[in-house]
Amino acid sequence: MTVLLEAQHVTKIFSGGMFKTTGVVALRDFSLTIDVESPSIISVVGESGSGKSTMARLLLGLEAPTSGAVLYRGKRLQDLSRAEKHQFRRDVQIVFQDPFAAYNPIYKVDRVLEVPIAKFGLARSNAEKRALIEEALEAVGLRPMDTLGRYPHQLSGGQRQRIMVARALLLRPKLIIADEPVSMIDASLRASVLDALRQLNQQFGISLIYITHDLTTAYQIGHNIIVLYSGSVAEAGGIETVVKQPQHPYTQLLIDSIPQPNPERQWQDEAPASELGQKASASDGCRFAPRCPHAFEPCVQAAPPLYQTRPHQVAACYLYQEQPVVPSEKMDEVFARRTPLTNGKRLENGVV
Amino acid sequence: MVSAKPVLEVHDLKTYYETLRGPVKAVDGVSFDVWPGERFGLIGESGSGKSTVALSLMRLIRPPGRIESGEIILDGVNLLGLPDETLRQYRLAEIAMIHQGAMNSLNPVIRVRKQILDGFQSHGINLDKDEADARIADLLDRVGLQPAVADMFPHQLSGGMKQRVAIAIAISLRPKVIIADEPTSALDVVVQRRVMQTLRKVQEELNAAVILIGHDMGLMAQFADRVGVMYAGKLVELGSVKNLFDKPQHPYSQLLMESLPSLDEKASFQSIRDLPPSLLNPPPGCIFHPRCPYVMERCKVEVPELIEVAEKHYSACFLHDGNGGMP
Repeated sequence: MTVLLEAQHVTKIFSGGMFKTTGVVALRDFSLTIDVESPSIISVVGESGSGKSTMARLLLGLEAPTSGAVLYRGKRLQDLSRAEKHQFRRDVQIVFQDPFAAYNPIYKVDRVLEVPIAKFGLARSNAEKRALIEEALEAVGLRPMDTLGRYPHQLSGGQRQRIMVARALLLRPKLIIADEPVSMIDASLRASVLDALRQLNQQFGISLIYITHDLTTAYQIGHNIIVLYSGSVAEAGGIETVVKQPQHPYTQLLIDSIPQPNPERQWQDEAPASELGQKASASDGCRFAPRCPHAFEPCVQAAPPLYQTRPHQVAACYLYQEQPVVPSEKMDEVFARRTPLTNGKRLENGVV
Repeated sequence: MVSAKPVLEVHDLKTYYETLRGPVKAVDGVSFDVWPGERFGLIGESGSGKSTVALSLMRLIRPPGRIESGEIILDGVNLLGLPDETLRQYRLAEIAMIHQGAMNSLNPVIRVRKQILDGFQSHGINLDKDEADARIADLLDRVGLQPAVADMFPHQLSGGMKQRVAIAIAISLRPKVIIADEPTSALDVVVQRRVMQTLRKVQEELNAAVILIGHDMGLMAQFADRVGVMYAGKLVELGSVKNLFDKPQHPYSQLLMESLPSLDEKASFQSIRDLPPSLLNPPPGCIFHPRCPYVMERCKVEVPELIEVAEKHYSACFLHDGNGGMP
């Protein structure tokens, strides 16, 4: 096991007010290990305010944790030397949500591919540079001839986002964090971006953290999933298990609320919160209690730990308090593991 | 409840945006009817012209855009022929609109109460305080909000609550037609379901027709009775939601359905090849032909009309012409 990036009990509190008296807990006691020997796709799902983007920013070192630590190859991000930071910036890449804002409109799109090559000294000649760019574009399903030499406004959102994926790929990173990469792209072109991301994982063995509010694409692309609610992990595990047999009431609500493109499967009414839940406040106890139809006595006392409900599933819910407790730093041990690449062939061991 | 006469008839609507390089035909010959109490969906991707249809129905197109030709007949009156002042009285009272970003459609420095009352006052309805309180409480109650919300400012409300206030304003004068342009696209799915269920409830109570504009096929399937599919400024298919989702007829609708990711099984993703055409310089013949997997010689020259392929199910494609057969 080679640990590339590790979040250890990370908590992020954004404080506000003149004397920093009010605080919003954006992420609470979050732990995750990215092992590059078994590159997998982890989908992180949550609604706005769930802390999913804060998690991404913490992993990228764009925010410092209030407590806990983010480690890159065993060293805290703040303590990295210049050379190590350079390597970190190469190993961990991000694809942002907005493929429109990520470009400078007065430069041709070639520039977003040329700059990282120059910065990291990837090519010794122009021909080599051109070859690298073409290879990366082809890997994400774009024809270099039709793409290079054009301005951002001449390309669709799907094409622009795929160039961003190609840019990330150029550096041969170990991990790509994609924060809502398809939310601004039309349905008919969304698939092309998701496919490009999936290729990076399968063909180049790059780990991927796919952050989204859309459970459907999360399911389509991910091997494992983390469901965040109000800064805490509500449920996590192998994606088939979690999506097909959700245990946490929030995950159940989320899946029920998705409008299915099938008129025969009509939306059901939302179950109201239980009597105790309606009186609960989110600050003590379970964050979901005020909306939970099953809230009962323990839920208003203290936040629930993760309980292991199935071999590849944990849920932070007292409904499963009979089950063994999983410490938060061991959450990802229930993930469906993929065996390391051997001779370019992957065994789908453990993936349910 | 569907009566014998449509409440809204749109005939051959053309809305163009003037540019230096010629007109952009954002809506190019769209016709459809909407019946009282019906939930009609208009689906399309960005640039398909669906929002331009919505703005045209309200006659809110601003220069360089203009409604080139066509008729919009609301309960027997052609809205395009009305003087501005009469039309202003029609808006909200007869035909109301719920915009995409509720957070942007409310005035941040005015209390909810005043924003609801504005609609009454601008239509010459002056209520005394007790009447106003009662009307506002009733409206808020219909959309599932507490009466106390009336005294709040928009920033004190969540996104879902703001969108409910927008619905309350839209129904305040009991319009016959409500246009909802992506009313929930900024909301989380759980809140989206609540808002859409609220919209359905008030629409049924008023027996108003709703035109839901959007790109989310799932939302259409859940909400609409009948759906029109728009592509590059044209209506390419029109039918009941059941027929359209069961047996899409137009190749574009078929491909759009196939590109939807599902929660049921993992599958390979299907994208539609290439990109939508430029509306400045649209291709000749069928507007979809450059991307269509079934393209024939004829499609490159002739423009297909909407024809009835099954009962009340229309599609604009030459494949339905007998010799082609269905794909």
